[in-house]
Amino acid sequence: MQVTTKNDRSLWEVIGDYFRANSIWMKWYCTGCGAIEMPPTMTSRFDMEQLGMGPMATPRQADVLLITGYLSTKTLRRVIYSYEQMQDPKYVVGFGSCTLNGGIYYDSYATINQLDQYLPVDLYIAGCMPRPEAIMNSFATLIEMIKKGEARGWKHYQENYDWYKANQMDSLGEVIIHDEFHE
Amino acid sequence: MTLMSFVYGFLAILGAFVFQTSLTGINRKVTARLQKRRGPKWYQQFIDIFKAFSKSSITHGWVYDFGAIMALGGIAATVIFIPVAGFQSFPGLDNIFVISYVLAVGMLGMAMSAAGSGNPWASIGVSRALTNMLAYDIPFMVIVFTLIYQHQTGSVSELAALQQGAGIWGWNAFQLPLGGLVAVIALFGMLGKKPFDSFIAPAEIASGPMVEYGGKQLGMMFTLHELMTFIEVSLILNLFFGGGETLWVYLLKYAVLYTFTNIVSGVMPRFKIDQAVTFFYKVPLGLALVQGLLVIFGGWGY
Repeated sequence: MQVTTKNDRSLWEVIGDYFRANSIWMKWYCTGCGAIEMPPTMTSRFDMEQLGMGPMATPRQADVLLITGYLSTKTLRRVIYSYEQMQDPKYVVGFGSCTLNGGIYYDSYATINQLDQYLPVDLYIAGCMPRPEAIMNSFATLIEMIKKGEARGWKHYQENYDWYKANQMDSLGEVIIHDEFHE
Repeated sequence: MTLMSFVYGFLAILGAFVFQTSLTGINRKVTARLQKRRGPKWYQQFIDIFKAFSKSSITHGWVYDFGAIMALGGIAATVIFIPVAGFQSFPGLDNIFVISYVLAVGMLGMAMSAAGSGNPWASIGVSRALTNMLAYDIPFMVIVFTLIYQHQTGSVSELAALQQGAGIWGWNAFQLPLGGLVAVIALFGMLGKKPFDSFIAPAEIASGPMVEYGGKQLGMMFTLHELMTFIEVSLILNLFFGGGETLWVYLLKYAVLYTFTNIVSGVMPRFKIDQAVTFFYKVPLGLALVQGLLVIFGGWGY
C-alpha cells in the first residue's frame, strides 16, 4: 500500500478546501463506547460548533465519518455502506485504541483490529477513550489537514479500491441470503 | 414591465439571500448563547452553503433533479413578488393570492424531489410537511381573508401602507390582536420552528425530506430554505407589522421578528404531527374565526 504524497491542487480545490475545512458535518456512527464522549464535546462545555462542526442525520449530508470505538465485523459491513454513500471529499476519523490496534478487544473473534485495513483513515485519536479535550484538539488538527489538502484518504480509497475491497471481503466473507428477494 | 424590472428582480433575490443568510448565521450564535455556548462565526451559514456546493453529488433519477431545480426556481420567483418597504420589482403584481400560488410551485417541487429520492424517511417527511402546511394555512388564510374584507384590497404593499403613519398602534397586530397572535403562531408553522418542526426531526426521521440530499442538491435546498424564510417572514411583516417606511426600518423589524421566533424556538419541545394539527385546528383557527366574526359582524377595526 503506497501513500499518495503529491499535492497539486487547482485554485478551485484550494477555495473548496477552505470551505470544507471550516464547515465539517459529521456522521457520528455510534459503534462503541467512544460515542459517549461526543455529547460533552457538542454541548456547552466544549461546544464544537465554534469550529463550524455539527452532527448530521444521514451519510449523504456528512463530510466526516467518526468510528467511535471498537468495530465488530457485523457493524463493519454497515460502516462500509455508510462510507460509500457519503459525497466525495470525505474523511474518516478513528476514535480510541480499538480502531488503532484492537485495544482491549485485540483477541476477540468478533471485532476488527486495524481500521485502516478496511477504510482510509485520515486521523486517529489515541486513548481509551479520548477525552473531549483530545477530541477538540484532533478536530483542530483535522481542520488544518483539510486546509492544506493533506486529508486525501478518499482519493486513496478510489486509487486502491481493489486492495481495500479484498481486505473487506477477507474479513466479512461472502454472505448468501435466502429470502424472497434473492435467488 | 421593462428590462429594469428583471434587473431589480434579480437584485431582490440576491439581496434576500445575503440578508437572510447573514441573519441565520447571527441567529445560530443567538441560539448558542441561549444554550451557554460560544457559537459559530456569523458567516458560518455562507460557509456551509458554499461547502455543500463544492462537494460532488449524485442523482436518484430525473424526478429528483428536476424537482430540486423546480423548487429553487419557484421559490426564487416568489421572492421577486414580495414588496420590500413599498418597493416592487413588478409593480401591481404583489397580490396575496399571486404570492400564495407561486409559492406552491416551489413547495410542490420540493415534495416531488424528495419523494423522487425513493427513501421512506423522505416520504414520511413530505407527508408531515404537507399535513403541517394544511394545519397552519387554514387559520392563516381565515385571518388574511378578514384583512382583505376589512380593507377591500388584496395587495400586500397596500395592506402594509395602510398601517403606516399611526405608529405602533396602527399595525394590524394591535388593531386585530387575535389575528396578530394567529399570524405569529402560523409563522412558527411556516418556518418549521419548534414546536412545529416534526417534519424535519433529525433524530426521529433522519431530517425527513432532506434525507437523501447531498452535495450540490443539499446546497440548493439550503439556498431555497433561506429564500423561503425571507418570503414567509416578509409576508407576516407586511400584513401584520406595518412593513417598513424605509428599507432600514423594514430590515430592522424583519431581524427582530425572525430573532423572536428563533429565541422562542430555542426553548420549545417538539409537537407530534397529530398534536400540531389538533392545536392549529383548536386554538389558532378558533381565534381566527372569532376575529373574523368580530370584524365582519361586530364592526371591529373600522
